[in-house]
Amino acid sequence: MAKTVETTKKFNPKFGKKELNLLTRLSNALAVSGDEQEVRAIVYEELKEFEASMHTDAMGNVIVVREGSGKDRVRVMLAGHMDEVGFMVTKEDGDGLFEFTIIGGIDPRQLVGKPVVIGRDHVPGVIGAKAIHLTTAAEREQELKVDALRIDVGLGGTKLVKLGDRATFDSKLAVLGPSLRGKALDDRLGVFTIIQLLKNAPENVDLLAAFTVQEELGLRGAKTAAYHLNPDIGIALDSTPANDLPDFDGEENTIHNTMLDSGPAIYLMDGATIGDRRLIKWLSETADAEGIPWQYRQPGRGGTDAGSIHKSRAGVPSVSVSVPQRYLHSAAGLVRKDDVLNTIKLLHAALSRLDKSILSSQEK
Amino acid sequence: MSFELIPFLKSMLSVAGLSGYETPIRDVITPVWQGLSDRTWVSSHGSLHAIRYGTAVEPRPKVMIAAHMDAIGLMVTDIDKGFLRFTQVGGVDQRILPGQMVIVHASNSGETVELPAMVVMPPTYLLPKDGGKGALPQKYLLIDTGLRANEVEKLVRVGDVVSFATEPRELSGDTLSGHTLDNRASVAATTVALDMLSRRKHQWDVIAVATAQEEVGGIGAMGAAFDIMPDFAIVIDVTFASGPGGSSAGTFELGKSVPVTWGACDHPALNKAMEECAKEYEFPITRDFAPRGSGTDAWDVQVAQAGIPVIELGIPLRYMHTPVEVVSIKDIKRAGRLMAEFINDLPVDFMKKVIWE
Repeated sequence: MAKTVETTKKFNPKFGKKELNLLTRLSNALAVSGDEQEVRAIVYEELKEFEASMHTDAMGNVIVVREGSGKDRVRVMLAGHMDEVGFMVTKEDGDGLFEFTIIGGIDPRQLVGKPVVIGRDHVPGVIGAKAIHLTTAAEREQELKVDALRIDVGLGGTKLVKLGDRATFDSKLAVLGPSLRGKALDDRLGVFTIIQLLKNAPENVDLLAAFTVQEELGLRGAKTAAYHLNPDIGIALDSTPANDLPDFDGEENTIHNTMLDSGPAIYLMDGATIGDRRLIKWLSETADAEGIPWQYRQPGRGGTDAGSIHKSRAGVPSVSVSVPQRYLHSAAGLVRKDDVLNTIKLLHAALSRLDKSILSSQEK
Repeated sequence: MSFELIPFLKSMLSVAGLSGYETPIRDVITPVWQGLSDRTWVSSHGSLHAIRYGTAVEPRPKVMIAAHMDAIGLMVTDIDKGFLRFTQVGGVDQRILPGQMVIVHASNSGETVELPAMVVMPPTYLLPKDGGKGALPQKYLLIDTGLRANEVEKLVRVGDVVSFATEPRELSGDTLSGHTLDNRASVAATTVALDMLSRRKHQWDVIAVATAQEEVGGIGAMGAAFDIMPDFAIVIDVTFASGPGGSSAGTFELGKSVPVTWGACDHPALNKAMEECAKEYEFPITRDFAPRGSGTDAWDVQVAQAGIPVIELGIPLRYMHTPVEVVSIKDIKRAGRLMAEFINDLPVDFMKKVIWE
């Protein structure tokens, strides 16, 4: 007889000093797609206890396997991406000034007048703009294009920066009342969540954790990670836009995607994946049973690592769960602490009640 | 009084002090200037005045140094479902606003609470058709405090000021970036001058003024000039440094010179005397042409009472009126030293030379 799930201890995640410190380090790290080393180092440091079952694959994904005990354990892949959108310095243009290019989906209108950091040494720089006094009214209606902007690290700064260095916004994680404001919360929240789940792993499942690379360039790291792990099911833990702002004309905003304070967002369908209906049911029923607030992410475009995982090998039933976040891919996003904690809580509770019967259910 | 330039400048760049709301910056400058002067007082507009008495017998001639301390920023105009709409105080290019870190000085609870916040750009489909392209008009931007709507209603009210929150950072090559270097870089230079003069025996009285409300039209300087009625005035403000996005015409390289303004506001005899002083002490200077006025406090100081002769100095600054303005520390020191040497060398009868010819 299969081990019953009641033996798994309750897990009540919180934002104590330790957790906030970890998320701060994760958010402030510079790890633009293709150069994820800073976050990789944090993951290794944080998960020392799993050293024996941890490795970095050919692409740079960090893979951690945490086996449970008992029979018939479901092999669950959890994917959270380490990379963030950002910049690469591509050309020197005079004393301490550099041309740069955008990596990932950043609206160029978000760049102007921002402090940035460049390279492994986090060399400080700024993206400035011409003085308003020297612009015309017509000019101020035009958006400033990337090729007109420069990263300025100061006079004589040429030696501090190497062409090819990655750069990102210099925004430090901050607590704003019930919210957290920080850069790269897409998807350091996923990385953070998986670290919490590994450290408090339910015994009834095998957790196959993938801290993935290059998600922002097309869900690329998850592809090789899923192949290697060969899981029974896959869950992408990511962050999705909460477009819950007022509409400009006062009309009701019906296309919010998700809303803050409404709990983890379960995906029915995005641009890359149709969520497995059995997994959606499992997650939403768990949330209801545990009294955890949750919401559907409005079906639409976009994609998470689930888009790669569900097409791995002969196919892997997959779903995505995201923390709702405002202003992704800008100098800083904004999330509610409660939404982050409820996401961890939901995943822990759902994993704790998971057994192989889910795969033989008739929902399909 | 120990005065250290970079820490002092950074502390000035770490506080608000929008035009008309200068208390936070005045509170940072006051103790430093108190240590370098004989007396300080606050004007009816909120400018900070500090006098160093000269050694000449009374009635002594007096020179005023004016450097504005106020900052550009934003002001709340409406609260919409927990988000704030806003207008500008001073001239802000709307294109620098999306994603900008700010502080809302929320006053609805009776005391002012500083709320860290962010200017945000709503997603395209919550905007009218033209919102997806070009610069996003400021009227569509919002401020998010991260607080829930009921909390925002409790704390914030229309009229609360919003300051930039970007922290000052030292960059390479003795340069520094931050918000409101326009014109706290010049307050720093003025402090360098006061510090030097505190170890000299200057004959003239020197009145340094950190002026209020320059960004909305030379208001503090206007009152200061009337009140002090100096024999002549030095107005110091930032000017355009060469850099990305700007034309090279009429701009100055960082770290290379003190631009001395030449235009209708500037008395030719003072200009000549300043050039001679710079030559004597080997300060590199350049000419900043402002034929129709330079847009500084000089405009209002010159026409106070029966008229005041004015000379203007500049500090080259990149990215003026953005929260990441960049200045060279060398330029600040040099401008301060030039002012100190100039004032220290003023003979009691200097004004006899300030004539029209």
